[in-house]
Amino acid sequence: MLRRLLSGDLPRSRVLALVLVVIGLGLLLTPFVFPGAKALNVAAKICTFVVLVASFDLLLGYTGIISFAHTMFFGIGAYGVAIAITRLGPTWPAVAVGVGAALATSLALSLVIGLFSLRVKALYYAMITLAVATAFQTLASQLSDFTGGEDGLSFKVPAMLSPGFSLSSSPFLGVSLDGRLISYYLLLAVSAVLFLLMLRIVNSPFGRVLQAIRENAFRAEALGYRTVLYRTASNVISAGFATLAGALLALWLRYNGPDTSLSFEIMINILLMVVIGGMGTLYGAVLGATLFIVTENYLQDLMKLASHGLAGVPLLRDLVNPDRWLLWLGLLFILSVYRFPFGIVGKLRLKARKAT
Amino acid sequence: MSASSPTVAASDALPAVRPDRLPLLLIPVLALVALPLVKSFSTWVTLTFAGLAMGMIIFIIASGLTLVFGLMDVLNFGHGVFITLGAFLATTVLATMTNWTGKESLFWNLAAVLPAMLIAMAVTGAVGLAFERVIIRPVYGQPLKQIMITMGGAIVGEELIKVVWGPQAIPLPLPAAFRGSLLFGEAAVERYRIIAVVIGLVVFVVMFWVLARTKIGLLIRAGVQDGEMVESLGYRIRRLFIGVFVTGAALAGLGGVLWGLYQQSVIPQMGGLVNVLLFIVIIIGGMGSVGGCFIGALLVGLISNYAGFLAPKVALFSNILLMVIVLLWRPEGLYPVGKR
Repeated sequence: MLRRLLSGDLPRSRVLALVLVVIGLGLLLTPFVFPGAKALNVAAKICTFVVLVASFDLLLGYTGIISFAHTMFFGIGAYGVAIAITRLGPTWPAVAVGVGAALATSLALSLVIGLFSLRVKALYYAMITLAVATAFQTLASQLSDFTGGEDGLSFKVPAMLSPGFSLSSSPFLGVSLDGRLISYYLLLAVSAVLFLLMLRIVNSPFGRVLQAIRENAFRAEALGYRTVLYRTASNVISAGFATLAGALLALWLRYNGPDTSLSFEIMINILLMVVIGGMGTLYGAVLGATLFIVTENYLQDLMKLASHGLAGVPLLRDLVNPDRWLLWLGLLFILSVYRFPFGIVGKLRLKARKAT
Repeated sequence: MSASSPTVAASDALPAVRPDRLPLLLIPVLALVALPLVKSFSTWVTLTFAGLAMGMIIFIIASGLTLVFGLMDVLNFGHGVFITLGAFLATTVLATMTNWTGKESLFWNLAAVLPAMLIAMAVTGAVGLAFERVIIRPVYGQPLKQIMITMGGAIVGEELIKVVWGPQAIPLPLPAAFRGSLLFGEAAVERYRIIAVVIGLVVFVVMFWVLARTKIGLLIRAGVQDGEMVESLGYRIRRLFIGVFVTGAALAGLGGVLWGLYQQSVIPQMGGLVNVLLFIVIIIGGMGSVGGCFIGALLVGLISNYAGFLAPKVALFSNILLMVIVLLWRPEGLYPVGKR
C-alpha cells in the first residue's frame, strides 16, 4: 500500500524515512501543536514550496535542464487565481477559471520556450530563460490595470476558506474550526496529492528516460529516444506543477504581487532548496524546502541572539546579522554542489547503503 | 618566366578573408531609423549620446565575460558581483577625496576618479583571481554545476558586499566638473556621457590592439578558435585563461565605477540587474567575439534609450526583441566564433 502510494520509490534510508515522517506529522499537526498565525503561515508556505521545488527538481535534477524561468510559471498560477477572483468575485467557479487559464498559459508558454530553445546547450537555455523571466516580471509590474502593478492584488477567497467562516461554534481540541483551518488542510491535501503524482511521474518509464537524458543525452538519442521531445515534455510538466503551486499560494495568502511569486529572489531560493535537499530525489525537495523556510523564519531569531552576543566585535557582528541569513545558506549551497551533489538525501542514502 | 612568378606567389599566399563589416552598419541604421520616430533632432542627439555612453559601459563590462566564455566555455553568472564591488569601492575611495571631487576643475576631478578606478580594478582583479580558484576551477567542463556554482558565488558575493557596506543604497555623486551638459546647437549632451564614451573607446582600442597585434592577443584568439590546438603547440591555456579572467573581472570593476557614476547611486543588487543585459549583449555579438560584443553593446545601449523615450513600458522587451531579430538573421550571433 505504502509502496504503491510512493510509486516504489521508498526513502531507502532509515534516517531519511524518520525525517520525512517527522516533517509530515509536523505539517499535519501544525494547527494543533504550534499555536499562532506565524507557525501556520510557515507550514502553508512549506507545503506550496514543496510542490514548487519538486517541480523544479523534475526539470533540474531529473532531466538536467537548468531554467531560470520557473518562478514565471509559479507567478502565472498565482496571478491567474488573483486576477480571476478580482474580476469574477470570490466563488469556486472563478477559482477554477483562474487555475484553468493559468494552466493553459503556462503549458503553451513552456511548450514554445521548450521547442525553441531546448535544442541548444544548457548555458544558452539558462540565459534565454533568465531573459524571458525578467521580461515577464517587468510586464507583470507594468500592466498595472490588470495585475495591480507593484502593489499586487488583494482579494477575497470563496466563503468556505475565508477566516470569517466557521464550521462549528465550539473549538475542537482548543482550535477553532474556521476557514483558515479548512484552507490549510485543503492546501496540505492538494500539495500531498501533487507531490505523490510527481513521484509517480519520475518513477515511470518516462521518468527513467528523463534520467537517461540527464546522464548522457547523446546515448539516449542513440537508443532511439527523441531527446528534444522528452525535454520539452519535462519542461511542460514541471511548468504545470509550478503553476498549480502558485495558485495554491495565492489562495492561501489572499494576495499576490510581483515580490511574492515572481521575483528572482524566489528563483534563487528554490535553486538553493533543490540543491541543498538533493537533486534528482523528490524527497530532497521536501527536506530542502522545509529546511530553507524554517531557516528563513527562525534562524534569524537565533542569529539575532548571536549578533547581540557579538555586539562588540565589528565584522563578526555583521556576519551574523539576522539579515545575512542568505549568506550562510549560499555557502551551504556552494558546499553542497562541491561535496554532496545529491544533497542531504543523497548523503543519507549513501550512508544507509554503506551500512548494509 | 619572370612574368609568371608573381601569379605563382599570389596563389601560394593564403586566400584573404573578406572582413565581415555588415554588422557594423547596424548601428547607423538603427540610429537613422530612430530619427524620424523621435521627431526632434536635438532630442535624438541627446538620446544617441546617452545610448552610446551606456553601450560603452556595457561593453567594458561584457567584454571579459564573452572572452572567458570563448576561451574555456565558462559562463560566469557571478560576473555581476565584480560590477557591484567596483562601484562600492569607488564610493569609499571618492568619499575620502571630497575636496578634490568638489573642485570645479577637470584636472582635480580626474585626479580623484582615476585612482578610484585603478583601486576598483586592482581589487576586483584580485577578487577575480580568488573567484576563479575557489568557485570556477573545481567545476570545469560541467556546465550545469558551473551555472549553479557561479550563481552561488554571486549570492555569497552580494551578501558579503552587504556585510561590508550595508544593504542600503549609497549615493555616488559625480565630481563637480563632470556635471552639467554641453550644448551643441539645441542638443544638450551631458558631459559625463562624453567622458564615458571616451573611456569606453580607449578601452576598446587598447583591447583591440592587444588582441590583434600582440602575441598574447594572438594566443587568446587562437585559444577561442581551438584551445586544444594551442595547448598542443606548447602554450599553457590555463594561465592564459586565468589572465583573461582576472582582466575581465578588473574591467567589470571599471565598468561598475562608470555605471555607478552614471546612475549616481549604487545598490548591492546592481550587478544582478545588469546580468540580463550582459547576456543579451554577448548572445547578440556571438559568444566569444569581442567585436560582436562591442556592436551588441552599442545596439543594446541605443535601443534602450530610444525605447525608453518612445515607449517606456516596453524598454526591456526592446532588448529581447533585438536579440530575437539578430538571431533570426544570424542564429549564432553577429560574429559566430567558428568552433564546436
